Amino acid sequence: MTDTLSRGLWVYLSTSPLLWLAGTLSVWLGALALARLRPRNPLFNPVLISVVVIAMVLVAGGIRYETYFSGAQFIHFLLGPATVALGVPLYEKLSLVKANLLPMLAALAAGSITAIGSTVLLCHLFGFSPVVTASLAPKSTTAAVAMAISEGLHGDAALTAAVVILTGICGAIIVTPLMNSLGIRDYSARGFAVGLASHGIGTARAYAVDPVAGLFSGLAMGLNAILTALIVHLFL
Amino acid sequence: MPVGITILLAFQLIGEIIAYALQGVVPGPVIGMTLIFLTLSLLKGRLPGFEAATMTTSRVLLANLGVLFVPAGVGIIQHLDLLARRGPALLAVILVSTLATLIVTVFTFLATKRLMGMREHD
Repeated sequence: MTDTLSRGLWVYLSTSPLLWLAGTLSVWLGALALARLRPRNPLFNPVLISVVVIAMVLVAGGIRYETYFSGAQFIHFLLGPATVALGVPLYEKLSLVKANLLPMLAALAAGSITAIGSTVLLCHLFGFSPVVTASLAPKSTTAAVAMAISEGLHGDAALTAAVVILTGICGAIIVTPLMNSLGIRDYSARGFAVGLASHGIGTARAYAVDPVAGLFSGLAMGLNAILTALIVHLFL
Repeated sequence: MPVGITILLAFQLIGEIIAYALQGVVPGPVIGMTLIFLTLSLLKGRLPGFEAATMTTSRVLLANLGVLFVPAGVGIIQHLDLLARRGPALLAVILVSTLATLIVTVFTFLATKRLMGMREHD
């Protein structure tokens, strides 16, 4: 009796947006608490933990991604205004930005070309199809932008979204040990690099490490979104 | 908060309209980002209510940036077949290109700074 009742409830709730919206936020808060327990360990990344936990629940419960996204889309939608919001720290820290303008522009050009060029080159080496290559090419830019670019290149926007997140998590995990092992202590340079390579997830990581790193990471993310949109078609 | 989010959405909307006119060369939110930066710079604090509302909401959004990527990230379950077939190659592309991008970017930044005779920011 209670079994059929709970199964009925599950069938009812699992198809409603409410469960997946509340579930995503709850898992995120849990992952954030877990990440704060180990602030020095980059593997305790809240995005990585949340994605793995939710993906396992969906696969185990046989829930389609579209069903999950019907609820989670309300969070996803905020990526747009959050991208717009990146213009605000740019204004607030204008003097710091002006002082570093040339290093930023040089690093932007070199980094953006490396991000797109190395991805396209490696895709050719591994024999990926043109659709997969086009989907991967903008992977260092923020999700909303990368998906728009991918569609313009006739890539698969859903694949782009997943790869963008993996790239973000990858950069957020390796940046601190990498920069420490290279002996780089300039947080404006460290932040700029992680924002360029790993967009918002790198920026979230940078803000967790140092506020200056966070600012430069946000700048790099915004600038790379613009530059990648302008030059990516030259590589394909 | 309601004023701030309205401002951000309005700038995104203007950005999307311009992006449509430009036939998608630059994505709408990026144009919105550029426009809000230009607007704040031109106003120079002459509309303190506008500036405060925009800053408060932006801070909230940027402080919680990570969670916004979770729904798209879960989309990986649609590509478990690609991951099963080409997982190692896919992860190798991501790892190697991210590593190369981080190294090239950070050293270009520092080299330019040194060429300009600027001190490193510790």
